[in-house]
Amino acid sequence: MIKITNLNYVYSAGGPFEKAALVDINLNIEKGRFVGIIGHTGSGKSTLVQVICGLLKPTSGQVLIDGKNIYEDKNKKELRYKVGLVFQYPEHQLFEETVYKDIAFGPKNMNLDEEEIKRRVLYAAKVVGLKERHLEKSPFDLSGGQKRRAAIAGVIAMKPEILLLDEPTAGLDPKGRDEILREIKELHKKENLTVILISHSMEDIAKLADTVIVMNKGKVHMMGSPKEIFAKANELRQIGLNAPSISELCQKLRDDGMPLPPNIITVQDAAEEILKLLGKL
Amino acid sequence: MIETKNLEFSYNHGKENEFRVLKGLNFSVKKGSFTVILGHNGSGKSTLAKHFNAILLPCGGSCFVEGLDTKDPSLLWEIRKRVGMVFQNPDNQIVATVVEEDVAFGPENLGVKSEEIRKRVDNALKAVGMYEYRKSAPHHLSGGQKQRVAIAGIIAMEPEYIVLDEPTAMLDPVGRKEVIKTITNLNKTMGITIVLITHYMDEAVGADRVVVMDGGEIIMDGTPREVFRQVKALKDTGLDVPQVTELCYILRQNGVDIRDDVLTVDECREEIIKIYNKHSAKGQKYD
Repeated sequence: MIKITNLNYVYSAGGPFEKAALVDINLNIEKGRFVGIIGHTGSGKSTLVQVICGLLKPTSGQVLIDGKNIYEDKNKKELRYKVGLVFQYPEHQLFEETVYKDIAFGPKNMNLDEEEIKRRVLYAAKVVGLKERHLEKSPFDLSGGQKRRAAIAGVIAMKPEILLLDEPTAGLDPKGRDEILREIKELHKKENLTVILISHSMEDIAKLADTVIVMNKGKVHMMGSPKEIFAKANELRQIGLNAPSISELCQKLRDDGMPLPPNIITVQDAAEEILKLLGKL
Repeated sequence: MIETKNLEFSYNHGKENEFRVLKGLNFSVKKGSFTVILGHNGSGKSTLAKHFNAILLPCGGSCFVEGLDTKDPSLLWEIRKRVGMVFQNPDNQIVATVVEEDVAFGPENLGVKSEEIRKRVDNALKAVGMYEYRKSAPHHLSGGQKQRVAIAGIIAMEPEYIVLDEPTAMLDPVGRKEVIKTITNLNKTMGITIVLITHYMDEAVGADRVVVMDGGEIIMDGTPREVFRQVKALKDTGLDVPQVTELCYILRQNGVDIRDDVLTVDECREEIIKIYNKHSAKGQKYD
């Protein structure tokens, strides 16, 4: 479980470009949750995940993972293996001669034996849908989508208990996007992994997350289930976000007097409810 | 008009690891139009677009810009003057430390006179709504703003065509909207021909024409309505349709008599309410 109390983060504290990126954040994220974080650019989402994974030390406040402070020296190593972060455009960080070596880099640094490393590389490659024939290639000979998968596999191979992903599908085509998200969702279910996903796609968040955190101006603006959050389309619009267009449609149909339930967030749900009202189900 | 005739292109042409991308493509873009090219990664859309201003040259067949053959090196400047390109990552396209200097870079290289450059830079920045940022440093701008500066840099060269290769892929929803609004405006008010490559189906809704590529070939070509109504075919090639189009598709599958070419939330709302009202009126008659 992740427990964040009174967290503040200020960039260039004391300097002329001082900027408060996170303001008094209090959050509890239980184990096994699939959390979606949304918010427009500059709302603090990326800063928040970097604080959670131990890359940025909070200016004040605490981050506890399973009750331990991640910024206490004695906990650092253990907790950083528990939390894995996939950055935006993670393929820019590929550097090894082969895909195998690149995925093995993390586990190797954990001082695991060769057998275990191999097991983990094969496991991680399988999770992200890379074939064994890809493993001996140079990562730079892969396609864009495959590079992205290789980079994600490198984090999964460390078997984190908490997986943070910062826009993992930016720039991918719809098919590649759906595949990678499906793989993450499966991993989440199978391993009871806690997943925290930053995305600009409300549609993806609506499909995947069980909890949504809405960030605005460095604060947690709202938190709740996707149905609760996306029912507040007007409030989201005020802070530069949109509900999925299907929620927007259903809201308008309700305004027109159609008795649809207030919290429809997927196309399937919308179709089902409309068909019921039309007597087709 | 930009026109390709039996255009063939392979990466590593003539080498052992030759990879054929375009296999005899015939395609044309009419002047003044707004064309969107869709297709999954590796479908050949960027490769095609890079032929339009001679970044790539055909391995077979030809590409003509206003009748100018891109294979003729002496025409290179003439072609590049007419066709500007905008790429995915705004940070890779900005060269100067002040916005207006960046926008002036293109016309300077074309040898345009100073007073004329001044005029063009101001007009270009106004056209993309970035005039008030003309003295700013580009790295202080948001992604959407940077991308609009990149577009202004192209406009200052007064091209007839602008080809944009996934200009919104790295932007947040607000930035995406800004850029699409800007592009649409350039097409409608200045008559600049637009070719937009994107993965976002909602950006294709406002175009005159949507072209879908797969395996180096054009598999669909028509107005957005004509193309998006083919929900199943699009999904089979790994593409999406707008959510409301998909909803109408499912409703049709289940026996609801609703139009299959609905593209926007408001259209969809109108259609469904019409059907719902008819249905409830019928229900009351039986009561």
